[in-house]
This record gives sequence, C-alpha cells and structure tokens, in this order.
Amino acid sequence: MAKSTIKIRAREKDGVVTVKCLISHPMETGSRKDKKTGKLIPAHYITEVTAESNGEKKLTAYWGGGISKNPYLSFKYDGKKGDKVKLSWVDNQGQSDSLETTVK
Amino acid sequence: MEEHSVKAKLIAIAAAAMVGMTMAVPAALASPEDDLKAFREYFKKRFPNVPFEDFANGVYAIDPAAREQWEAIEEFPPYEINIEKGKELFHKPFKNGKTMASCFPGYKKGIKQNYPYFDTKSGKVKTLELEINECREKNGEKPLPWGKGPIADISAYLTYLSRGHKTDVKIPNKAAEAEYEKGKHFFYAKRGQLNLACADCHVYYAGHHIRADLLSPALGHTTHFPVYRSKWGGLGTLHRRYAGCNKQVRAKPFPKQGEEYRALEYFHTYMSNGLPINGPGARK
Amino acid sequence: MNEHRRLFLKGTLAIGALSVAAGAGLLTPGDVLAAWPEAAFKAKTVDDALKGLMGGAAFESSDAINVKAPDIAENGAVVPITVSSSLKDVTNIAILASANPSPLTSAYELGKGTHAYISTRIKMGKTGDVIAIVKSGGKVYGAKKQVKVTIGGCGG
Repeated sequence: MAKSTIKIRAREKDGVVTVKCLISHPMETGSRKDKKTGKLIPAHYITEVTAESNGEKKLTAYWGGGISKNPYLSFKYDGKKGDKVKLSWVDNQGQSDSLETTVK
Repeated sequence: MEEHSVKAKLIAIAAAAMVGMTMAVPAALASPEDDLKAFREYFKKRFPNVPFEDFANGVYAIDPAAREQWEAIEEFPPYEINIEKGKELFHKPFKNGKTMASCFPGYKKGIKQNYPYFDTKSGKVKTLELEINECREKNGEKPLPWGKGPIADISAYLTYLSRGHKTDVKIPNKAAEAEYEKGKHFFYAKRGQLNLACADCHVYYAGHHIRADLLSPALGHTTHFPVYRSKWGGLGTLHRRYAGCNKQVRAKPFPKQGEEYRALEYFHTYMSNGLPINGPGARK
Repeated sequence: MNEHRRLFLKGTLAIGALSVAAGAGLLTPGDVLAAWPEAAFKAKTVDDALKGLMGGAAFESSDAINVKAPDIAENGAVVPITVSSSLKDVTNIAILASANPSPLTSAYELGKGTHAYISTRIKMGKTGDVIAIVKSGGKVYGAKKQVKVTIGGCGG
C-alpha cells in the first residue's frame, strides 16, 4: 500500500466533528536559496486542500507559500460518528494525494 | 548588526559567570551521585515553582507564553511523520532478511531510558544512534549519517515507544566513571571565541534571556531527543544540536558520535536521571 | 412555421445574452470554476490581496472574530494561528500576515454546516499583524492581532 502524506484525526462531540490533519510537504516559497549552491529552491507548495464528507464539500482551502512546512489544518463541521471524511491536496507542481478516514 | 549585540550579551554572561555565580563547579573528586544531588538542588532553588517532573519539558517548564505555542504544535506535532518513517525503517528487512528488531530485542517495552550506557567489553559509551548503525553494519548494511534523516527517524520511533520510562543511565565501574568525568569536564569547560561553557548558559544563566530566547535549564535537557526543530524544518539528533550549539559560541564542533560528544551525552543524560522520556520532541 | 422561427430566434438571443453578460463581467471565471486566486496570492500589499480575493480592500472591524496568535512568535517559520467567529452565515475566511512579502497566506471556502473556525500554522517573516477576514452574509469583516517576530540569541 502506498504511504500517504496525510495524517487525519476526525472526532465528533455534541454533533460537531473536529478534523485535524498534518501533511508531509516542503511548502517551499520559491524565494529560499540553497545554502550550498546559492541557487533558488523552486517553489513547491500545496495550492488547494479539499475536504469532503459523505459526498458534500465541507472545505476548500487555497494555500500559498506562506503556510508552514509540513502543514497543519483543523476545521469543524456539523456531523456524526461514522461519517466518512476525505481530504485531498494538489500542489503547484501537479503532485497530489488524498486520504479518507472515518469519524470516531 | 544583530550578531554583535548577541555577542555582546553572551560576553556579558560569560563575564558574570567568571566573576562567580552561586553554584560551585563540582569538584573532580565528587561522585556522580553527589554531582546529581547538587545539580538537582541547584535547579530546585533556581526554579522553586517547577515540579521535578516538569523539567522534562525543558524551556516550556519556565516560559508560559512559549508553552502555549508548543502546546498548539503538540496538537498534531510534525514529528509524527518521522515516527512513522522510523517504524517502517526499523521493520524493513536487511539484505540478509533480518530486521533491526534482532539487535534491539526489548524495543517494544521501551529502551531509550537506558541509553547511553557504558559497554565494559569495548570500553565505549554506547548511544542509541551508535547502536543503530552498529546493527546495520553487523548485518551488512551501510551506516546512516549521524545528524538527521533515517537515523533520527529510527531513534524517534524507539524513543516514542519508550515514553514515560524514567531516564536511568548507569555508571557501573571506574572505567565508566572516567567517561562520565570526561563528559562533565566538557560540560563545564569554556570554549569558542565567545568563551562559553554549556554550563554558563544552561546552569548559571538558565531562565535568563539572550535577546528573545530564554535559556533552558540543563536539568531535563535530554529527555525529548531526537527533536523536531522549526528552525531545522525537520528532525535531528542530540549530537546535531551539540554541534549547532558549539558553532553558536564560535567553537569548532566535534564529530557526531565521536568520543567527546558520546562522553558529553553520558554525563548530560545522567544529570536527567529520574526524569521521564518524552521524545521525540518539538522545539523552535 | 412562424412559431419555429420565433423559437429559433429566441434561442439565439438567449445565447447572445449569455455571452454579453460574460463580456460585461457579470459572470466571472471565478464564479464558474473554483480557481486558485493567483492575483491575491501574488499581491504585495494587504489591500491588493483583499482586492484580488474579495473584490475590494474595505472591511468592517468586528469583535465577533477571534484571532488566536502568540504575542511573540517562538519561531517565525511556524506560527500557530486559530481564527474563529460567532458571525452568522460565514462563507469565507482568509488569513493574511501584513509584513510578509506576499501577505495572503490562505483563503477558505466553507461548505454547508462548516463552522467559522480555521486553525493552521503560518510563516511570518517579521513582526506584523495577522489579519483574519471573514465574509458573513455577503459582507466582509476583519480583525487583527500583532505578532512580534524576533531573532533569537542562540536557538533562533
């Protein structure tokens, strides 16, 4: 099974689902110089993160290089245990990943 | 330039330290147990409101504003990615079919609290990273680089499994005590253009500021390694931090996993005996 | 026969009306496709970023927006921020760092039943304001908090 870059934790309490995720990604702005070569490290950052639950779009996040490396995101929505939550991302170099989890 | 004012402040600390702070440098003839007792008493006096166990949280035991940010990071800390990588590497078979588990049979129950230890047969201080690479070489694999990358990930995995265990470094005989003394000497010796010892910042000036940084107490220093530092944007080992600290006082760093840093780690970790392993950690 | 001709003309006119509307800017690509707001992300000032994102730089200050951020960032590379709001019908949230070379860090479109709550970690190059913009019931509100970013003495 391919390793995912995404870790998700989704828990429901009092009808509210809190989703927390951590994504493994360099989030390079494109303005940083390689200390050894002096050359600019090319921009490589996640541009869009989407969260869906039971077929409905819950969140679309547009990101730029200003989000930290190995980014973290947390949001909340009205939901219940057993909901399926799918998180996907795509970056400026065309890479992508997604992961689905079940709300505990 | 910023560097000069930092340098000036560090020199001021060094000067004050030389004038004589209240803690005496432990006499060379005091036993390790005596040293440990004096060390703990010093920090208890310096930070009377910090319960002993809390020293394991390092600077966050004494800096509430920084602690809040640290707790936000700990909600979902970036080192979780490294623990997973480490787990995979630990269980990945070598070319000969064995895995790292064959070298660390008790790993599931937690082993980090016993490191470093003095290996009487070889007369060497063995750190966890040293044994990880010895395991690889014993099984026909190339050793990993010492400071970061896969070795830090594997160390993070094994450390994570050891969480909660109290640091328990032993000094079994005279030969071991000699290594401990080497490490103690290193810790208290001045070095670099800024002429500072580890003790100057982390014992005498623990809790004071250098610019916006609060100096962490040496008591509890080692419990959270390996560490994910925001500055590194990644995970690094204790010897990576030693090298960085030496560079910061304009001293030439020693080789990672060489004699000096292993002796230092031996003394340094012994001073945190009784404090729970809580690594891998997240720091700025 | 006349009926068919009239229907045919009606059809043509309808298509014509659509393209006129697009030309006049009533229908923008942003409405039709969800797209990364490039102009907003590339903007070098807070005002330009907001113009690119919301169509205008003006927003009403609101106490009903909470910006949780440290007073002094431990490390500017990783600053934990949480934006939450008690305003009703929140559809969009944006987080800006006023002193960053490109102030817009991120923008969020909330789906149905999604709360006005976003927590993330941003980069801050130097001391500045973290500005949270919240679109509620079609109106744009904002709140800000200053975060000091310093150079550490040794660990920084």
